[in-house]
Amino acid sequence: MTKVTMTVNGKTVSGEVKGNTLLTEFLREDLRLTGTHVGCDTSQCGACVVHVNGEAVKSCTMFAAEADGAEVKTIEGMANADGSLSVIQQAFQDYHGLQCGFCTPGMVMSAAALLKDNPKPTEAEVRDYLEGNICRCTGYHNIVRAIMAASGQDVPAVAAE
Amino acid sequence: MYSFDIQRPTSVADAVSALGAEEAQALGGGQTLIPTLKQRLASPSVLVSLGAIAEIKGVCTGDDGALCIGGGTTHATVAKEASAYPALAALAGNIGDPAVRNRGTIGGSLANNDPSACYPAAALASGATIVTNSRSIAADDYFQGMFATALEEGEIITEVRFPVPEKAAYMKFEQPASRFALVGVFVAKYADGVRVAVTGASEDGVFRWTDAEAALSSNFSADAVPAAPSGDGMISDLHGSGAYRAHLVAVMTKRAVAAAS
Repeated sequence: MTKVTMTVNGKTVSGEVKGNTLLTEFLREDLRLTGTHVGCDTSQCGACVVHVNGEAVKSCTMFAAEADGAEVKTIEGMANADGSLSVIQQAFQDYHGLQCGFCTPGMVMSAAALLKDNPKPTEAEVRDYLEGNICRCTGYHNIVRAIMAASGQDVPAVAAE
Repeated sequence: MYSFDIQRPTSVADAVSALGAEEAQALGGGQTLIPTLKQRLASPSVLVSLGAIAEIKGVCTGDDGALCIGGGTTHATVAKEASAYPALAALAGNIGDPAVRNRGTIGGSLANNDPSACYPAAALASGATIVTNSRSIAADDYFQGMFATALEEGEIITEVRFPVPEKAAYMKFEQPASRFALVGVFVAKYADGVRVAVTGASEDGVFRWTDAEAALSSNFSADAVPAAPSGDGMISDLHGSGAYRAHLVAVMTKRAVAAAS
């Protein structure tokens, strides 16, 4: 067992992990932060995306021990301090950017990473950035609309309409 | 996964020493190795993570003008910082997806030498030098077949040095599920000739298409690209036959020449 200490959503946390404990297991099973989802467990689907030191990563494809000393942010850390939804989360609600909701935590975390680097993306850039996030309900159009809205841009009339 | 210990050395010297243990395995960004471990296709006793070694991260220009990339540099960093070699930056920015690019490293990709990976094509077409903790290896000597390289047990890629070409482009025909290259061709034009490296096609891994190199060295235009090579020895699987891949080699070479800048 290895001792790890990291900052998760602004709070310092510690735990004992095995060498093969994935970051997603540490978040979900040790810290009980179950908002981070495990969809495929093969780094395809992106439901497990969290931010490590500000960068989007698939937490099913990183060991907890590798996050020792890191700043980690999960979907539980996305809301505003007063508990209201962040701009991106609110946009997902306003534009019906979720159906079953399983992929949503990863979608929101990827969207936040995109908008940090590229605050006014084009629709094509949004779609390109989300290539590692799969929505099994195929609800992509409204997810793209939500992210465009969250970036303060006009929501495009997407191809499906 | 089988159980193993994990270590995070902060220097190359400590990593080399940790890799001296029985059944030790280096861990780069883990974007291939972790899925492999999950499938129980590997059973190391110790994983030596290279992710905390600052001295093998970053992009810089060497005294000879070559672009030097630390072995632990992520694809995302190469995409952002390798502006001196735009075709290489573009290649890095199109590997996998954004989250994968934030973890996967150039050293990890070259050490694994997946027959469909992108970086081996760039390294071979550029005549890059793979620098390890103990020596420098020319790309022409480094790639030794599917998943096989000149690396010895416990040897770590610390840096990759790319001579910057006059013109270059990489064209990848993407396998849409995995985002690996079904066929990828990297064309690089140097003062002393053109090099063409092909990934994704051959059962022997990345290779130089010498017929195209000869033709393009005398006339660098898409029309000069020779007819497709033979499909013998090309990968044949559910995604495409050997003949189909051979055809794609010529098509992607033409596109790369046309796009080279």
